[in-house]
Amino acid sequence: MRPTRDDVVLDVDGLRMRYGARDVLHDVTFQARHGEVLALLGPNGAGKTTTIEILEGFRLRSAGRIRVLGADPAQAGEPWRARVGVVLQSWRDHGKWRVRELLAHFGSFYAAYSTDLVRRPWDTDELIAAVGLTEHAGKKVRTLSGGQRRRLDVAIGIVGRPELLFLDEPTAALDPQARHDFHDLVRGLADHDETTILLTTHDLAEAEKLAHRIVILNGGRIVADGTASELARRIVGQDEVRWVRDGQRHTRSTPDSTAFVYELFQRHGTAIRELEVHRASLEQTYLTLVRQAESTPYGASAREPEEALR
Amino acid sequence: MNSGAIRAGWTRGFVELRQSFTNGADLFSHFLWPGLMLAGLFYFREDAFGSSGFALSTLALPSILGMNVALGMVSMSQQLTGEREDGTLLRAKALPDGMRAYLIGKIISVSGTLLADLAVFLIPAMLIVDGLAVGSLGSWLTLGWVLVLGMVAALPIGAVLGSVFATARAQGLLILPILGLIAISGIFYPLTSLPEWLQWTAQIFPIYWLGLGMRSALLPDSAVAVEIGESWRHLETVGVLGVWAVLGLILAPIVLRRMARRESGSRVAERREKALQRMG
Repeated sequence: MRPTRDDVVLDVDGLRMRYGARDVLHDVTFQARHGEVLALLGPNGAGKTTTIEILEGFRLRSAGRIRVLGADPAQAGEPWRARVGVVLQSWRDHGKWRVRELLAHFGSFYAAYSTDLVRRPWDTDELIAAVGLTEHAGKKVRTLSGGQRRRLDVAIGIVGRPELLFLDEPTAALDPQARHDFHDLVRGLADHDETTILLTTHDLAEAEKLAHRIVILNGGRIVADGTASELARRIVGQDEVRWVRDGQRHTRSTPDSTAFVYELFQRHGTAIRELEVHRASLEQTYLTLVRQAESTPYGASAREPEEALR
Repeated sequence: MNSGAIRAGWTRGFVELRQSFTNGADLFSHFLWPGLMLAGLFYFREDAFGSSGFALSTLALPSILGMNVALGMVSMSQQLTGEREDGTLLRAKALPDGMRAYLIGKIISVSGTLLADLAVFLIPAMLIVDGLAVGSLGSWLTLGWVLVLGMVAALPIGAVLGSVFATARAQGLLILPILGLIAISGIFYPLTSLPEWLQWTAQIFPIYWLGLGMRSALLPDSAVAVEIGESWRHLETVGVLGVWAVLGLILAPIVLRRMARRESGSRVAERREKALQRMG
């Protein structure tokens, strides 16, 4: 049966993680549907990596119910593993392997799990072309540049044509050009191949650009969940209006800048000069969030923004 | 286990073997140690051991062969620690049937490298050293079973040791007790010339028995006079190596599974940070 956009691929309910006496994830709950790109956004230490590693099946949770492609990742077997892709950051591993040789080798693991619906693995040369490494296919992995290595990491993550792909901080340490190419690659996967993607990032611009939906994690709790524009409407506080009247500079914060400006002109007409309206941006809100997280000690930080934002 | 995992592991093993014999740095190490040991044998080829009538180099050649088999344990352990540190193991974990294929590949590449290194040493050594009994089929059959049993005893224990150490640096310390064991295991000098308590210590570990087994294969029967109890003690050799093999084969899967379970992207990233700090 062909999956539809309504199918829930990722279902996390009440996820908790505790190290010793310290909780790093409190009651994390979210879902992702088939073909959706979901960004887990948050400052460093918010619990993003812990969450994604639990979903990848690489870490055991303390409590909560999790379904990833219909199975519990802590108990899922090899057929499940074949449907999931993980993009890892390469370092020195497989340095002596050549690009094509390595991808063909990794691809061979998936052949046994090919189905009528999903043909596995990806053809090696097509895959190399798709990530833009054709010129480097015969090179040894250790001779690749940082950006080329990242493309190879992505290629390894998708060689089995995963139905669900995990990307943990995929563009950290990439230069702007490599980052741009990488974004194109991820969007292509989501658009053409209907791959469901969960990525973590601390970069709001990246989340806005790539994701259909953003889940903001802070201090181990989810503080917001929605599309970029939903979040901007819901969590953003006040716009800022500035103007000059009679040589006097004024600044005012307001939830409805349009109505405020209309009223301002009705009252003062052309006496108003140098009008500026600053729409409160998601970015500002996010930065405020991050600042709060960094200035308050661990554990105590979470409650406040959560209540303020919901 | 599905056949895909076996095939992938097989491919992996042979690709790694080929890589190891086609790049300068690895080739250098494949030839350095055998070369040094050959030089040693050549230098001492005239010296006799006591009144036994045997040249020291004749006694040492099979012993070194046995020692090298035992050292397969160290290379297995080094590779596991190193590849856990650099993320190779995590890559395997992210693939379906990846860990099984990884282990099959590792067994093939480590034992293949071991056999190749043994040949690099043994073939020229036979030309340098006189007085070996290598003319009969029996010698080679004995060499064969000692070799196979020795690898089955050494490699799983190596895998266990490899999963115990947290970093490649810590793993490097393993070589110190191993060197100590080599010194008391009758490799370069017969065990019977050591104090009795050291003889007993040495006989707990596989290095001594591998040396003894190899001597029984490659030396003429009269050389047995130098050994403990003037016997090749094949039964005891099988017994001790067998115990190590069984121990390793029971422990290795348990320890490896535990090690694999703990691997994740953030653990590899942590180690990378530490390693980069050390370099910087």
